Amino acid sequence: MSTPASTTVKWIPEITVRPRLGVLRRLRRHRTAVVGLVILAGFVLAAAAVPLVSPYDPNEADFDQVLLRPSAAHPFGTDQLGRDLLTRVALGARVSFLIGILAVGLSAAIGVPAGLVSGYRGGTFDIAAQRLVDIGLAFPGFLLALTLIAILGVGVTNVVVSVGLATAPVYVRLVRGVALSVRSQVYIEAARALGAPESRIIARHVLPNCLPPVIVQSTLQLGTAILTAAGLGFLGLGVRPPTPEWGTMLGEGQTYLFSSWYIATFPGLAIFLAVMAFNLLGDGLRDALDPRMGLG
Amino acid sequence: MSSLTAYLVRRLSLALPTLLGVTLVVFVMVRLIPGDPARVIAGLTASDEEVTRMRSELGLDRPIAAQYAIFLGRLVRGDLGLSAVTRAPVIEEVATRMRPTGLLALCSIVLATLVGLTAGIVSATQQYSVWDYLVMTVALFGVSIPVFWLGIMLMLVFSVYLRWLPAGGYGGAGHFVLPTIALAAFSIAIIARMTRSSLLETFNQDYVRTARAKGVREPAVILRHALKNALIPIITVIGLQFGALLGGAILTETTFAWPGLGRLLVNAISSRDYPVVQGIVLTFAIIFTAVNLVVDVLYAYVDPRIHYG
Repeated sequence: MSTPASTTVKWIPEITVRPRLGVLRRLRRHRTAVVGLVILAGFVLAAAAVPLVSPYDPNEADFDQVLLRPSAAHPFGTDQLGRDLLTRVALGARVSFLIGILAVGLSAAIGVPAGLVSGYRGGTFDIAAQRLVDIGLAFPGFLLALTLIAILGVGVTNVVVSVGLATAPVYVRLVRGVALSVRSQVYIEAARALGAPESRIIARHVLPNCLPPVIVQSTLQLGTAILTAAGLGFLGLGVRPPTPEWGTMLGEGQTYLFSSWYIATFPGLAIFLAVMAFNLLGDGLRDALDPRMGLG
Repeated sequence: MSSLTAYLVRRLSLALPTLLGVTLVVFVMVRLIPGDPARVIAGLTASDEEVTRMRSELGLDRPIAAQYAIFLGRLVRGDLGLSAVTRAPVIEEVATRMRPTGLLALCSIVLATLVGLTAGIVSATQQYSVWDYLVMTVALFGVSIPVFWLGIMLMLVFSVYLRWLPAGGYGGAGHFVLPTIALAAFSIAIIARMTRSSLLETFNQDYVRTARAKGVREPAVILRHALKNALIPIITVIGLQFGALLGGAILTETTFAWPGLGRLLVNAISSRDYPVVQGIVLTFAIIFTAVNLVVDVLYAYVDPRIHYG
């Protein structure tokens, strides 16, 4: 927690790639990162176990059980269609985490190669890529995702594509910066002098230097992606009902805020905790991967 | 021409192509929205003939490049077309909604700067104290909490239970309190973190040690010597937060039924009013680009060490 969170991780690449063992040990000693991991483990456990042991169908309406307050039978209460909220919030973890992971994967799959080539090779590709990135970053992040979903329409796949595309420029910038600073290193020059092909230099020498910041950025980005997807869901532009998605449940719950506080409260709490866990883990990873910054 | 003016000119010449690119992207994106806009605007009961007439009226029968040229030409004159739903000029709809959004964003950025700076200073000057941990924990909550959930929770406490403040709508000062706090929370956290780390960095500098050695009193050391130098990255972050605020405003306005641009955008998306969507997305992008430009220039102005030759 000792370093500020920003949308882009600032990174000075190391000259040598250090063994991974030390990173894990440093991460384990990082208290806040451990807290993040524990919260995430809790979500994974809930997402796996609750739907199995719950006696309730997450999507089936039960009009005899509408808007029940939290009780032993329904710890989080029931929603406007009589569905058990605990079951739906637990299943929502599957949906939200899946969307987050796929969106960040898509972002990285586009942004990392583009950033590598842009930074290492420079030239026309770099200029073109950077102008595109400029245009992408001229939109507030959430606005870009919102506009894309408006075009594509709702649904899990489209949420993933919208959120993933909207954050890709961040990766291009990040990776390009590292690739640029690595390009002039002596060992790259040596590899080139030995006649290594460009693709090999990028894959074996430039990419490994980009991985630590990409891992940190991706962890933080998972939180942002879940937050953005939940925001789309809240506006009614996320997944299709009855799929249990936290933002969508929260949006529906606001309608019943004056009579049934719990519908909006628990899905929102889940989003908050999940995002916080990824932020904690990301900050911990940053400290563990970059020993110069010290333990938080 | 001074170096600052030269920098300004160069920075502007970079921003203009970006803005042109933004208009192209928005133009293309909106045309990718499924459905025939001519049919939507002409109405469900319109005959094929009427739809054809509407299409040529909107210029939709022209080649796409010509459409873009027409679109740009109108844009320069401040013409964003007509709303598909209300038939009112989009520019008027945008203009009337600009004020509530602008006021909300302004209140939030002022609150975020005041609270964020103060919290950051407290945190940095008392590193590893209870206050430091408190500020950093709250800041962690601030960057993790969904703005719409925070808004709803504030509403639950202050409107539903305590009945102190209105649950939504626009009007007096009371209406501003909850949306401003909800929207500012994320920026407060970011500014506090940045202020803390930036200040801690300057505390290690020789000039701070010199000031202390000269016997300058501590508040003066912090404010005049350390903070003044720590301010540059903080200004950048505050500027960048403006973009986050615009994005967050879309969600905050929907939560609090705030009659601003963000809520209009969400409504326009639901009703497939694509000229309005296009107008608002463009407005947001232009404001955001302009703010980034101002921040860059301010940065050059504040930091006399940087020469922009």
